[in-house]
Amino acid sequence: MIVKLIDFLRDRLTLVVRSCYVLLALVVLTDMLFVSKEHAHTALERIPGFWSIFGFVACILIIVFSKWFGHMGIMTREDYYDK
Amino acid sequence: MISNVWIHPSLILVLGALLLPLIPRQIRKAWLVAIPVLTFLDILSMQGQNGIYGVLHFMEFPLTFGRVDGLSMVFAYIMALMCIIGTIYGLHVEEEAQHIAAWLYVAGSLGVIFCADYLVLFLFWELMAFSSVFLVWFRRRKESLASGYRYLLVHTAGGLMLLAGFVLRYKVVGNFDFNLIAPGPMGIDSWLIMAGFMLNAAVPPLHAWLPDAYSEATVTGAVFMCAFTTKTAVYALARGFAGTEILVPLGTCMALYGVVYAFLQNDSRKLLAYHVVSQVGYMVAGVGIGTQLAINGACAHAFAHILYKGLLFMGCGSVLQMTGTSKFTELGGLYKKMPRTFVLTLIGGLSISAFPLFSGFVSKAMIVSAGFEAHNYTAAFLLTLASVGTFQSTTLKIPYYIWFGKSNCSEETLNKAVDPPLNMQTAMVIAAALCVFIGCYTPYLYNMLPYPEIAAAYDPYTAYHISETMQILLFTAFGFFLVLKRITPHETISLDLDWFYRKGGRAFLWIASKPVQLIDNLVGELYRLIGLLPLMFTARFCSWFDWHGIDGIVDGTARTVRGTGAVFRRFQSGQLQYNILFAVTIVAAVLLIYVFA
Repeated sequence: MIVKLIDFLRDRLTLVVRSCYVLLALVVLTDMLFVSKEHAHTALERIPGFWSIFGFVACILIIVFSKWFGHMGIMTREDYYDK
Repeated sequence: MISNVWIHPSLILVLGALLLPLIPRQIRKAWLVAIPVLTFLDILSMQGQNGIYGVLHFMEFPLTFGRVDGLSMVFAYIMALMCIIGTIYGLHVEEEAQHIAAWLYVAGSLGVIFCADYLVLFLFWELMAFSSVFLVWFRRRKESLASGYRYLLVHTAGGLMLLAGFVLRYKVVGNFDFNLIAPGPMGIDSWLIMAGFMLNAAVPPLHAWLPDAYSEATVTGAVFMCAFTTKTAVYALARGFAGTEILVPLGTCMALYGVVYAFLQNDSRKLLAYHVVSQVGYMVAGVGIGTQLAINGACAHAFAHILYKGLLFMGCGSVLQMTGTSKFTELGGLYKKMPRTFVLTLIGGLSISAFPLFSGFVSKAMIVSAGFEAHNYTAAFLLTLASVGTFQSTTLKIPYYIWFGKSNCSEETLNKAVDPPLNMQTAMVIAAALCVFIGCYTPYLYNMLPYPEIAAAYDPYTAYHISETMQILLFTAFGFFLVLKRITPHETISLDLDWFYRKGGRAFLWIASKPVQLIDNLVGELYRLIGLLPLMFTARFCSWFDWHGIDGIVDGTARTVRGTGAVFRRFQSGQLQYNILFAVTIVAAVLLIYVFA
């Protein structure tokens, strides 16, 4: 059953991807239009879609930093300690 | 606790473990399930029975084995529950010693949680270290052996720090009571104790033992290890050091450190191990913030973490068990082969990433909220940043590179890959169900926390919080899939601070084999030249003198006597006529001399 569902979705990959874009847009729109900001802790969070920007920037930041850090010599061959 | 008799839960596990080899094979599986369940029931029976139990006296020291209160109960509850799940997961393991090691390890953890003085704490603390190392060694690879020894050495060093702290503290306060030390003036004793706890909580720079050992442990061993050592240390920190400010930056750094290293990993179990570091960072930060909400958050997160991290280790462990590898570069595209493992691991991933309706959502938020409420914005924002990394690695990277993506599987791997045996699946289903249950029905967890009224007033399901989380997570996923092609894992390892003692060990060996050996040789040569040679010369001279001097005199006397004897012998040939001849000759000679002289 799980396999069938996954295959069903994979066969319609373009549609799935498009639905995801719609979902992203909906989440941001909901935040802008309907969600009360009274629980926000800082003024920064009152920017519409603040957490979307935060999530996206943080994701790229972590990847870029990790890759840079890894290539500073931290990542090395697997038998490093054997020799 | 049955009526008024308090039974230490560790006692049940220790006895159960010791009797295990005597149990007939037919009922062994039943025994394996019954003992953890009995332990769990024992702890359930203690609910609402707060107090001090099991006090023994050793010399002038009172040893308190049972302190039952809100903080110890929530940890004991989840430890015993995880023991049931972990044992079910390992039910197929035939080797009794593995079960014995795991149960003794859990017994150590429960002992630490219930004790109220440092002497008992130390006893159980060491029991944990010395039993858990076998869970690494039982994998029986060359690497596991080395890794286990490193684990043991690091924990022995941590244990010594603790012991030194306890002794110094006894000098200062005159007792071994294990209570809140900080905030307050902290002497060297308090710092040593805190460092000992932090080592077990894997706070950088004392963390490198964790990914090193957990990725080398047996499949079932890692499931146990990821739950007990670090969370017992979180308990100890919450008990002794709640509100110590230094723990907030340390915990925050830890959360980010784990995320960055996790991202670099090619081995899925090592990735998960780094996320233990990251997630424990939230708890350490929560302990450091120290408000009632934060302590609740730390406990809740420890509770949720044990379940979802156990689930994730079970999922990746199943892949390792069935295919023989846990590396992304040797896996991929397995969703047709191991679909159930995929779904269950995904539930673990969604829980650790604090997806709404999953357990992490209701626990992690408490710590972050406590950070915001304490106006510690830097920590709160950085912890939110770390949660992005968690989602990336655990929920996106692991499922994508094991079950989807490009298949790097060898034909052998593909043939072997199927969903694991029923007992392993059952354990995963229990853990997954609990993850969802905790996320959906918050009072279950919140009523168990040390400050239940504060927890009851906290509602994670506000529109704002849901919206915030959904935006962060979905846009993280968006970012991840945008750069997917650029982050393909490679066959690498990442150097961490264990480099210092692994290479340091080599350096020590080199120093021992090269310079020290050289000096040793020089001293040997010198000794030979100025000690041995004159000695030999003197000895030779003595020998010569003895032979030619002393023996010469003695032997000379002997030779003279012998020579004289030989001369006389010639005259005494034994023939009578010669004797008469000599006698007559001598008499004649004497007469002639007498007559003519």
